[in-house]
Amino acid sequence: MKVALFATCLVDTMVPQVATATAVLLERLGHDVVVPPGQSCCGQMHVNTGYRREAVPIVANHVRAFAGALSSGVEAIVAPSGSCVASIHHQQAMVARRAGDHALADDAAALADRTYELSQFLVDVLGVTDVGAYYPHRVTYHPTCHSLRMLRVGDRPLQLLRAVRGLDLVELPAADQCCGFGGTFAVKNAETSTAMLTDKMANVLSTHAEVCTAGDASCLMHIGGGLSRLRAGTRTVHLAEILASTEEAVTPRQSTSPAVPR
Amino acid sequence: MSAVDLGMPSLPHAPRGVGHLRGDRSFPDAARESLRDGQLRANLGHATSTIRAKRKAVVDEVPDWAELREAGRAIKAATMARLDEHLVALEEQVTARGGTVHWARDAEEANEIVIRLVQATGTDEVVKVKSMATQEIGLNEALEAAGIAAHETDLAELIVQLGEDTPSHILVPAIHKNRAEIREIFLRTMPQFQEQGVDADLTDEPRRLAMAARAHLRERFLRARVAISGANFAVAETGTLAVVESEGNGRMCLTLPRTLITVMGIEKVVPTWRDLEVFLQLLPRSSTGERMNPYTSLWAGVTPGDGPQEFHLVLVDNGRTAVLADEVGRAALHCIRCSACLNVCPVYERAGGHAYGSVYPGPIGAVLSPQLTGVEDNASLPYASSLCGACYDVCPVAIDIPSILVHLRAEHVEAQERTTPEAVAFRALAKAMSTPRLWRLAQRAAGLGRLLSRGKPTLPAALPPPASKWTRTRDLPTPPRETFTQQWVRERGR
Ligand code: SF4
Repeated sequence: MKVALFATCLVDTMVPQVATATAVLLERLGHDVVVPPGQSCCGQMHVNTGYRREAVPIVANHVRAFAGALSSGVEAIVAPSGSCVASIHHQQAMVARRAGDHALADDAAALADRTYELSQFLVDVLGVTDVGAYYPHRVTYHPTCHSLRMLRVGDRPLQLLRAVRGLDLVELPAADQCCGFGGTFAVKNAETSTAMLTDKMANVLSTHAEVCTAGDASCLMHIGGGLSRLRAGTRTVHLAEILASTEEAVTPRQSTSPAVPR
Repeated sequence: MSAVDLGMPSLPHAPRGVGHLRGDRSFPDAARESLRDGQLRANLGHATSTIRAKRKAVVDEVPDWAELREAGRAIKAATMARLDEHLVALEEQVTARGGTVHWARDAEEANEIVIRLVQATGTDEVVKVKSMATQEIGLNEALEAAGIAAHETDLAELIVQLGEDTPSHILVPAIHKNRAEIREIFLRTMPQFQEQGVDADLTDEPRRLAMAARAHLRERFLRARVAISGANFAVAETGTLAVVESEGNGRMCLTLPRTLITVMGIEKVVPTWRDLEVFLQLLPRSSTGERMNPYTSLWAGVTPGDGPQEFHLVLVDNGRTAVLADEVGRAALHCIRCSACLNVCPVYERAGGHAYGSVYPGPIGAVLSPQLTGVEDNASLPYASSLCGACYDVCPVAIDIPSILVHLRAEHVEAQERTTPEAVAFRALAKAMSTPRLWRLAQRAAGLGRLLSRGKPTLPAALPPPASKWTRTRDLPTPPRETFTQQWVRERGR
């Protein structure tokens, strides 16, 4: 299948290895990956902070970048981010329609129909749970709020992780509690955000996992940034990176939180 | 219809200076204080996790909860679409049964009406059934200013009143207090203890505390000639009012005094008894985690020789019609005040109810208060959420609180008269993100952040604001040399 990769603004700029891992994984599964040029952002941060009108040109850019891909044989758009995919599904058409641009709204809705978060694409579209990965580490999984409640990815990421060879999956206590990231919430309400992060980190550390994973780079940057500051020794690694790892090849420069000397 | 568009007059919001819908500090400032209060955090964490578990257990045992919830949502939406007709029907029915209906545009008018009614009875004290509407309009303070003492009879409300505190939760106003603190308040303020001096018998055992409150309240019930209540529901077809409660204090107030005054927000009306059936199933499970609440009191008008002989219903707008006019925000009026959203909210759990500065705290407060007052009067509240969506999941009438929060944020941004530095930054970012050439430049600029890190994996903590708000507690990774798309083009030629 020909698949277009939406790297998302954060992954592309801050953690490119996550997008690389997504591409490596999809190619290993036999698919043809294209990266449409001109892509930048889904517009979520603008919408969620109240810049609804300013989000419209961002949505238009997203539609422009990907609409061409669909007409050139791409069957699905995949992004390694539950939150951005949720925004594509729930917000893009809404902001365009509110701004009176119904053509854009229709195009955005049509693209949304073909857009999948990585674990949904693997399990629902490709029908695979064993992606042939090897990752010999103790791992705990944080189901980010937007993946869990807006996209309803359910236990798909866990199904995928359970099939990874060598991986020791440990349950995260109070997993469904928000980590406190929340986009600009982390800055606008920094103290409350930190209080939530503190509890999330305590739960992560209680599992004695080496790695905390999730399907959203943004939440991982927040949790990983906190763990790194604590010099806790537990790293954050995106789900795509784990799934892309094999015995032969480990993806380059893995881990989203900076390595901490122990 | 006139050919000239005269425009809609803007609908009035809840007035300033009356009632309790606005805080005097922004949410982050007020939260800072409560976040440092370890006792408060412990009390709240304990209470909310207990009630969360109870709620989940009793909701999970209802096989058709999803359908029930959808029925609740649909009834509310249909009722709001014809609110005017239902309210007129309610008025007719209440009047036909010997009650009197009063319409209050805002908190001031509502308070004036109630004061006038109480004064007409010649008494200078009233007993009260726990009511959010009277909290909202600041009725107790208004009564006090008019020389009328209002005695709260709900246990938690009584604790708050005696402690000269303010409520911090819709259902459990004293959720932030623990048993030892309650005992201390009782010993300090209840006349029965003051006469005897110290009372060694009053331990902080819940039963002992409840007995003390009972002795205190019984005397009040028997003396009272006027009671003031709120209402959980009003059935338009028969003019029936309903109060749902756990302790029975409400029933004492609703039956013993001669005069009963009910103060109710206009959104509480439901068309028929059949509608009530749905909410009486949704409410107790969502709020107290009980299958059914112990007391449901229903009354319509007056009955000679039985119960109150005079009944007044005060219908309060106080900003509600303005909320109703907003097609996205109006769903906040569907709220049945179960407080389930507060109990699951991670922000409420940490920051506590007082940080919201309004009688309506938590997720529902973050959308309702700014709408009732006008968003500029409560501008920090729509941002007091990480948009995690837990509130939407538990809401028994499926109010999409996260979407309303996002909508109100936009209303706030669009209402700004002066351009803020934040708006400048977001507009510049939007420009870059919608222009591929500029976006590549912006990404390169981000990559230059490497210079700050001097080869370390993280950026230094001493960054200028707003980055400093992040780096106070979290490391920020050093941006990579090359973006993913750059690398892809370099390796694959596109
Ligand atoms: S918004 Fe929903 S969950 Fe929250 S108090 Fe109202 S009815 Fe309950």
